[in-house]
Amino acid sequence: MKAHLLYPDRDFDFEAGPPPAGDDLIQDLELSTLLHTMAAGDNFLLDISTRVLLAGLTDPDGIRYRQRVLADCMAEPQVIRTMYDITVAALQDKRRAWGFFSSQYPTSILSGAINQLEVLIVRLRELRQIADEHVAKFRSPGLTALLQTLQLELDDDYFETLNHHLRELRFRNGELMSARLDRDNSGIEYVLRSGQARRGWKERLGMEPRSVYSFTIPPRDEAGSQALQDMASRGINLVANAAAQSADHVSSYFTVLRAELGFYVSCLNLGDALTARDQPVAFPDPSPPGTTEWSCTGLRDASLALRADHVVGNDVDADGKPLVIITGANSGGKSTFLRSAGLAQVMMQCGMFVTAASLRASTCRQVFTHFIREEDPEMVSGRLDEELKRMSTIADHIDRGCVILFNESFAATNEREGSEIARQVVRALLEAGIRVLFVTHQFDFADGFRRERPDSTLFLRAPRQPGGRRTYKLAVAEPLPTSYGEDIYRRIGGWLGEQTADS
Amino acid sequence: MMAAPEVFVSLLDGRTAASPTAGPAEHDIMADLNLDQVVNAVAGDREQRDLIIQTLSQVPADVATVRYRHEVFRDLEDPGLLRAAARFAEQMRSVRVHLGQLSKMDSAHQREGWFLDAAVIYCDAVRALAAALASAPVASRALRAFRDYLAAYVESARFAGLASDAAARRDELARVMYQVRIKGLRVEVSRYDGEPDYSAEIEKTFERFQQGAAKDYRVRYRTWPGMTHVGAWIAELVARLFPGEFTALREFCQRHAAFQDPVISQFDRELQFYLAYLDYVRPLRSAGLGFCYPELTGDSKDILARDTFDLALAARLVPAGQPVITNDFHLGGRERVIVVSGPNQGGKTTFARTFGQLHHLATAGCPVPGTAARLFRYDRIFTHFEREEDISDMTGKLENDLLRIQKALLEATPRSIVIMNEIFTSTTVSDARFLGEKVVTKVIELDLLCVYVTFVDELASMGPTVVSMASTIAPDNPAERTYKVVRKPADGLAFALAIADKHGVTYRQLIGRLTS
Repeated sequence: MKAHLLYPDRDFDFEAGPPPAGDDLIQDLELSTLLHTMAAGDNFLLDISTRVLLAGLTDPDGIRYRQRVLADCMAEPQVIRTMYDITVAALQDKRRAWGFFSSQYPTSILSGAINQLEVLIVRLRELRQIADEHVAKFRSPGLTALLQTLQLELDDDYFETLNHHLRELRFRNGELMSARLDRDNSGIEYVLRSGQARRGWKERLGMEPRSVYSFTIPPRDEAGSQALQDMASRGINLVANAAAQSADHVSSYFTVLRAELGFYVSCLNLGDALTARDQPVAFPDPSPPGTTEWSCTGLRDASLALRADHVVGNDVDADGKPLVIITGANSGGKSTFLRSAGLAQVMMQCGMFVTAASLRASTCRQVFTHFIREEDPEMVSGRLDEELKRMSTIADHIDRGCVILFNESFAATNEREGSEIARQVVRALLEAGIRVLFVTHQFDFADGFRRERPDSTLFLRAPRQPGGRRTYKLAVAEPLPTSYGEDIYRRIGGWLGEQTADS
Repeated sequence: MMAAPEVFVSLLDGRTAASPTAGPAEHDIMADLNLDQVVNAVAGDREQRDLIIQTLSQVPADVATVRYRHEVFRDLEDPGLLRAAARFAEQMRSVRVHLGQLSKMDSAHQREGWFLDAAVIYCDAVRALAAALASAPVASRALRAFRDYLAAYVESARFAGLASDAAARRDELARVMYQVRIKGLRVEVSRYDGEPDYSAEIEKTFERFQQGAAKDYRVRYRTWPGMTHVGAWIAELVARLFPGEFTALREFCQRHAAFQDPVISQFDRELQFYLAYLDYVRPLRSAGLGFCYPELTGDSKDILARDTFDLALAARLVPAGQPVITNDFHLGGRERVIVVSGPNQGGKTTFARTFGQLHHLATAGCPVPGTAARLFRYDRIFTHFEREEDISDMTGKLENDLLRIQKALLEATPRSIVIMNEIFTSTTVSDARFLGEKVVTKVIELDLLCVYVTFVDELASMGPTVVSMASTIAPDNPAERTYKVVRKPADGLAFALAIADKHGVTYRQLIGRLTS
């Protein structure tokens, strides 16, 4: 029995480590905002979404397989959420069946294993029932196959067999053991003694009086009988061990199903949040890797759209442009656009919708980011050294068919040298068949590509509106040799008491 | 002739009244200087973590307290005394943990056993520390006063009675052995009468069920703390079987109900600060790095440090077996501002942090990195290091930078220190020069002590109060940084492409890497 909601022919590998650039992606694209919305406070969903999001597909058919499942989910959200809740409940029941103290008692481990199987079987029946009721509503190959399998494999005979085994597994024993006093006068060094009471020879000969004190645990004293069971069961530790291992196998199916459904539930959560903020979502149209297609309308930064009002969408047509250079005013929306492009690519490739009116894009093998960073907390590197070291790490992994986003990279030295490094890096990446989006304020660098590769480069600029106001909507425009530091200094009033422009 | 013995008041502060403090350093500043790493690593997960963090983060208002702490640190340089102090602290922690748990114990027998254990540990701790203090060279006012106090305490009849009583009870109880029989819900308790061991046989019987690699469900038994009520009933019956031992235990607990001395407890809490800092410093000293007791000046801005280094950085490099480069600095006469320029990856940022760290740590009363130091008794430190871009901040990075700098420069007083690291890098060179000159002008106007790290060379020649220092390179290998920052004119050399080459990311290298 397989879930196969993320791939038509295999399980998602939730154990796989993140891709080499995963941490950078999360940090640079502000993925955590998106992921936390998807998770809606559920750490499990957070983990699942993170793993699926970072392990994107390149095959448009694989992407469409998920898009169809997701479309089914969005059409019948209640059924999907119910199925997910069943898997969650199954695994919760399983954990509860262990009890709070039970792991201290082998007898409890044994009965816990039995309890687990009992509750898991209840949940299996519920799943079967969902399948019986709703299988006809779904169109996607993924969900249809899942529900049909449930109906086939979990027939009534199978449930009967399971119940039989559970009855056989009950086990009870009584014990005799010696003990010493621990430093707090509780018992330690329990040693199981022979169950047959053999009187010592001295006692049998009447040489030594035998004093025995006793008590009986009241029948309703649950904690008391638990405690007693603890002592009594120390000798049967290994028996319980063997029994418990068999229970584990049964729950693994729920674990896989919960994880794969969890991704789609996360998508539903995100869809709900975006809809509540009137943000458009659309299923993107993936083109095969190796093509150079990238055009969007109304593209928004999904993370920003979840946090801010009045988010402006961008319309960009970069078909046939392996290099996009974004220049212009500080605070002009350059970074926001760069993130929106990266996010949309990542979301598309894991099968999700994107926050845009439309997007058609070539899939890429992997998205890399190289963003300006805080001082390296390890401090071993200086700023530029750290940037170049990161670039080198990226070069170890990046390959033909990848996309890389640069945000103010190589600016830790002066403009002339920074431009030269950026020029060399970008030139090499383009020649190796890698698509590049580069946000920069380095005029020297941007203008060099304008002169060298006017046809294959798209220039976007964050415009400054008259009167110093800025919008976040980018325009196709060549770079300008200007900067705004002095403006801002005067606007905020400086610190040397000069006359300011506004006053 | 010795002065009259002083009465022990505190390890942290020689005066009877609580010292006023200048208040905690701001979180951002601690983070910029990587002092948050230092403070966190020093405090670790120690029981007195809050006290340590507070002591290291809050700057005492007076130089006298700094001197008082220096004396204690100097005494603890004696390895034997330091070992004894650490052992004492560990035992006292154990006593406190024990006593804290008593209220959670329902069984009187359990409480009494645990209380006895705490007393045994306490006696051992006190005797060992008293012996160590008596034989060690102790010069600080704080430790001399405490040594006298402790010697008198150990000699007291009260303490001697506690110690001998505790040892006798412990021996008796260790010899008790009993057995428990369980039949359904019935439990019988008797003296152990020699039944043979059965568990080995059981284990052997079920051994065959063991599989290969699978989750291990065998239980690791540890029931303490929290004796169950059944355990308590059994203990009650064991007490009846062994009445002599248990009656004596009860009498012990009544007789010695409040065995802890409050002065010793306070000493122990405050000792944590010193032990924590010295633990942190120890591996660095072993690696050959110097620490010294800085002189603090309140009136002159003539300052210096020799062979100093970034403490947080050293704490990372030393365990990795990597060398730590030390630096010197001094300012004299009208000199106030150190403009640090030169090749990147040359230790400029580290130098700037070091300057701030030294001043902060010195003012907290700690030994500081270096073989000699004279430092200024400042009122506030202001730092500006580049922060990560945050999309919730719509005003833009440069504006944000400028607003922060504006705030700092408007709040600074002539007793403040300003440390700035390569700001304005996300804008053009002309902006960086324009804004850098504005900052340095203001710093000079306020007569501030300042370290300004920049790649704009012009800032290093803005008058006699400005001193130019630069990171340096090894002449035979420009990509190899020395991490030495020395006094010399800014020479406009940056070695960006050499570093690119070092990392294999020049055009030629990348083409080779990406197409192979």
